[in-house]
Amino acid sequence: MMGHAGFVLASYGAAIIVLAALIGWILIDQRIQRQALQELESRGIRRRSETKMDNPS
Amino acid sequence: MSDAISKTGRWIDLANPTRFLSFAGAVLPWLGGLTLLVLAVGFWMSINVPDDYQQGSTVQIMFIHVPFAWLSMMCYTIMSIAALGTLVWRHPLADVSAKAAAPIGAVFTALALITGSLWGKPMWGTWWVWDARLTSVFVLFLMYLGIIALTRAMDDPAKSAKTTSILTLVGFINIPIIKFSVDWWNTLHQPASVLRMGGSTLDPSYLRPLLVMAIGFTLLFFTLHMMAMRNEIWRRRVVAMRRVAARNAERGPAKQQEVR
Repeated sequence: MMGHAGFVLASYGAAIIVLAALIGWILIDQRIQRQALQELESRGIRRRSETKMDNPS
Repeated sequence: MSDAISKTGRWIDLANPTRFLSFAGAVLPWLGGLTLLVLAVGFWMSINVPDDYQQGSTVQIMFIHVPFAWLSMMCYTIMSIAALGTLVWRHPLADVSAKAAAPIGAVFTALALITGSLWGKPMWGTWWVWDARLTSVFVLFLMYLGIIALTRAMDDPAKSAKTTSILTLVGFINIPIIKFSVDWWNTLHQPASVLRMGGSTLDPSYLRPLLVMAIGFTLLFFTLHMMAMRNEIWRRRVVAMRRVAARNAERGPAKQQEVR
């Protein structure tokens, strides 16, 4: 039954690669949005509904 | 009684995006840590199971394939509940939840199809057959892609929310079809063996790692969903703030030039 080890490795490998890509994408998106918010806040821009500032990070 | 009221009050507070952000900030490190821990334990249990007398080592594919398939349906169910929240209460956080969940659900569905294919080749002798279970899961995958495309096709989330919610709810019909496809039609895919009347048919030595992996991947889903929801709230704030900035610039052209 050793002949099937390749299929097991391929499944686990595919799962790890695809999930890593998903997590990486979410983390990159998080960084982009955080930086954009900080940049806008440093320019003194506030949302209309925002009376007092809450820190995004 | 008053305790119960204050408790519900607190949960309703989470529907406020700002409250949700601080809640997510406090919960995410713990949830992420717990996810890693449970998945590590589950992985260790999975690689140490004895070979199945019929399936050999390929039984190990089950420990990831089954959780991925469960989650692909759970994610769609969560999106359907969120779609109801959008249509009935018109709550913006419901739309954020549905939009953030769609790519994660698509990934889990794709992984269920990939690992299923890699399990089917050695066990059934084929990568793919167009039978009821496999085809209905493939349709689920296509629906995720359609929803992802629709949520990103319109600039204004208020406009896309309603259309996407209706599409999501119409597509929910597929979920019971997937679940019962193995009972209703002739298929290569085996019928349910864990959640079934009369108890699981799995041996405990396989059931235990499967449950740990299922809990681990479910925790992973909720961690990623919360992170993606937070990103989406931030993204909408950035858009709103840019709009304010543009309006300010229009009102005071002199000031705009000063900034430049």
